[in-house]
Amino acid sequence: MTDLYSALFIVILAAFLGYEVISRIPVLLHTPLMSGSNFIHGIVLVGAMVALGTATTDLERIIGFIAVVMGAMNVTGGYVVTERILEMFDRSKAKQGGSK
Amino acid sequence: MIDVYDPVYIVTILAFVFALIRMSSPATARSGIILAGAAMFIATVATFFYPGLGNLLLIVSGAAIGGLVGWYAAKKVAMTDMPQMVAIYNGMGGGAAGAIAAVELLQGVAGAYASLSVVGAVIGSTSFSGSLIAFLKLQGWMRSKPIVFPGQQPVNISVLVLAGIAGVLLVVHPAYPLLLPFFVLALGFGFLLTLPIGGADMPVVISLFNALTGVAVAMDGFAITNYAMVIAGTLVGAAGSMLTVLMARAMNRSIGNVLFGAFGATEETGTTMQGSMKPIEADDVAVMMAYASKVIITPGYGMAVAQAQHKVKELMDVLESKGVQVKFGIHPVAGRMPGHMNVLLAEAGVPYDHLFDRDEINPEFASADVVLVIGANDVVNPAARRAGSPLQGMPILDVDQAKNVIVLKRGQGKGFAGVENDLFYKDNTRMLYGDAQETVAKLVQALKKVQ
Repeated sequence: MTDLYSALFIVILAAFLGYEVISRIPVLLHTPLMSGSNFIHGIVLVGAMVALGTATTDLERIIGFIAVVMGAMNVTGGYVVTERILEMFDRSKAKQGGSK
Repeated sequence: MIDVYDPVYIVTILAFVFALIRMSSPATARSGIILAGAAMFIATVATFFYPGLGNLLLIVSGAAIGGLVGWYAAKKVAMTDMPQMVAIYNGMGGGAAGAIAAVELLQGVAGAYASLSVVGAVIGSTSFSGSLIAFLKLQGWMRSKPIVFPGQQPVNISVLVLAGIAGVLLVVHPAYPLLLPFFVLALGFGFLLTLPIGGADMPVVISLFNALTGVAVAMDGFAITNYAMVIAGTLVGAAGSMLTVLMARAMNRSIGNVLFGAFGATEETGTTMQGSMKPIEADDVAVMMAYASKVIITPGYGMAVAQAQHKVKELMDVLESKGVQVKFGIHPVAGRMPGHMNVLLAEAGVPYDHLFDRDEINPEFASADVVLVIGANDVVNPAARRAGSPLQGMPILDVDQAKNVIVLKRGQGKGFAGVENDLFYKDNTRMLYGDAQETVAKLVQALKKVQ
């Protein structure tokens, strides 16, 4: 139970932190922000690995395996999408520097 | 066994927070995601040191399959298809969270941990099936108009209540046969929730499901005592909720109205328009713009559909070479995800200091000689200022205040909201019909000929 309470304290602080950090982000970056936070919840992969790693029956293994596959897709897909979007912004800045 | 992963998780979380801070400025954003990526990689490797971790071959092959598919699909997809990619990867995260909770429940967790697993399972499954529907709608594999049927709300609520009852039973009296109906109900709720939501409301829905997946991950983190998941999930939950609220506010609607309003399902009838729509040819528009001193371009979803962003960039270049000042006015909910237009224009190479938010650009319309509306409709509809209109109160781009408004549009149809656009009937408005990409290309050609 102490574990749960300390986790609850962490949640409250993390929620405020998330709110504070995000409230400063300009509209221009809303897509990368959304896709970046989409990538960050890919940390679910870590939980999926533990779930599969501690699975003992076949059913648990199957569900755990699905979890790992989906978690891994979330991580790599989320990363590549965000990186590609931000690359666009980088490139448009570079072009501007070149033409003016 | 030495506890390797917890210290690594602390570093990971720190990196995530710094990554988000770096993402608050265009100049440092890219370094932010690279930092987060490195942290994620290290966290994944450290998890292999989890005490008593078995099924290693399965873990590695599962991660390899999912990782390669995710990587390949995200690399190949066109920039215009980004909204559905964000939706699908978000759904994968939700699905993983649901599946983790399922394993926990199968392993017979009890008490508070079981309740947390149940909550994580419901939210994760909802996000999974909801994101899947959003993906199908955005991809065009399912019609994007709201799908409504009689008694929809009672049905949706009953499904959620039944899922809740099954969840409570699972906590009080763990019985594995109950797991299947429980997950079917939770998945069904996400499915039903998203059916009545139409295409133009997708910016709100995508960011909402993003927040929900974050919360589901945090719940799972609680249930398996993994603080990295608790903190990262909560960060995303808070960030996503805030973005959702911002998006809904940009349309002057509540999140409840977006989710349950089935907006755009019915068309407005009975309003008669004063005046008529007046067509114009590309050559005339070219002359008009060539002699303007300030042109503002306001893009919408139509530009994304026609993939016209590169031609629009060319248009900007030609105009600027003639000494015309060009600015872009972008409505927060233009397109299908938050910031959709900004991404497409950036892809085409439009410098981001040319892109202006609604509040920044609105005072400038009055001094603009020409406003070119490309495939946008509801976000420029002055009907929003009229009492009784379904759009009433939605903050719009005040394009009608410009000296000349050119509306580039495929046909005479209405916007997503099903409301006649007053703008099209104004005296200073001319309609330029055609595919956005072809028509802008014609404009560029015509402009090059103007001396």
